Amino acid sequence: MQNNTYIYILVMAVVTYLIRVLPLTLIKKEIKNRHIRSFLYYMPYVTLAVMTFPSILHATDSIYAGWAGMLVAVFLAWKKQSLFCVSAASCVVVFILELII
Amino acid sequence: MNSNTYKKGLRDGIPIALGYFAVSFTLGIAAKKAGLTAFQATLMSLTNSTSAGEFAAISAICAGSTYLEMAVMQAVINLRYLLMSCALSQKIDTKVGMFHRLIMGGGITDEIFGISVSVSDKLNPFYMYGAMSLAIPAWAAGTCLGVVLGSVLPANIISALSIALYGMFLAVIIPPARDNKIIALIVAVSMAASYMFSIAPVLKNISSGMRVIILTVLISMAAAFLFPIEEDSADAE
Repeated sequence: MQNNTYIYILVMAVVTYLIRVLPLTLIKKEIKNRHIRSFLYYMPYVTLAVMTFPSILHATDSIYAGWAGMLVAVFLAWKKQSLFCVSAASCVVVFILELII
Repeated sequence: MNSNTYKKGLRDGIPIALGYFAVSFTLGIAAKKAGLTAFQATLMSLTNSTSAGEFAAISAICAGSTYLEMAVMQAVINLRYLLMSCALSQKIDTKVGMFHRLIMGGGITDEIFGISVSVSDKLNPFYMYGAMSLAIPAWAAGTCLGVVLGSVLPANIISALSIALYGMFLAVIIPPARDNKIIALIVAVSMAASYMFSIAPVLKNISSGMRVIILTVLISMAAAFLFPIEEDSADAE
């Protein structure tokens, strides 16, 4: 092969690390601007919501199991159960449903 | 104090590690198909820890892309980490030193970011280290085993484990949404918009990494202008 796999890995590692580390090391002060602070406050919820839905439905082999896993996770999260509990319960529901379906 | 925080991070890292193991196992299978050795695939996972980026990289290596193409592609796919890093810069104490920042930066993944940004008060670096020290080895180990074992783990186990990460995201965003109507609205709008982007003509051709960036910027900006936070109600205080 003309291109070296290790150089590919090096290139991607450097680019990805810089993206992750630059804001964290360059922004050292507390941002005072109210709109920027609001943006950064809401941002994680938007990012996580967008990443979760509808991808969660297609993560499993069966879309119905995906729906069931999601509803169980939403219910338990609403009841303020721990990360592990919510996550494990949705796995168990998917596993059992896919055995039946 | 730091060791308790580290242990808490470890505990919250368990579901992340389980989910990572399942996802990176499938990543390992893909890497093997593309001709990577177990060592190369594991090295890639240890140094990158990014599912979408690595899946894309494997096809790029297969296609013999140039190194520049690889760099641009990774920058675009992983651009959301830039936003996450900005958010974390405000979540940690201004006194946190450069050394900690350099390590924490390497641990920004969707999931570790998700739990780190949702801790109450300031983020202690050791919480993140706890989560990282389980999640990143699990990610690398899953990749390695995926290459070596391939088809040994039954498909239904992989399928069930694949939902773990999403269950965890829900556990991060639903409780604050229950307590705060604005966050509830934002979560609902984000999910609806994301669904629309996944089915609408033209929009559905946008890659999932790009979709996350576009919607994050648009919806968070709209929310920031419509509902600017009160000076002392922000979780960063």
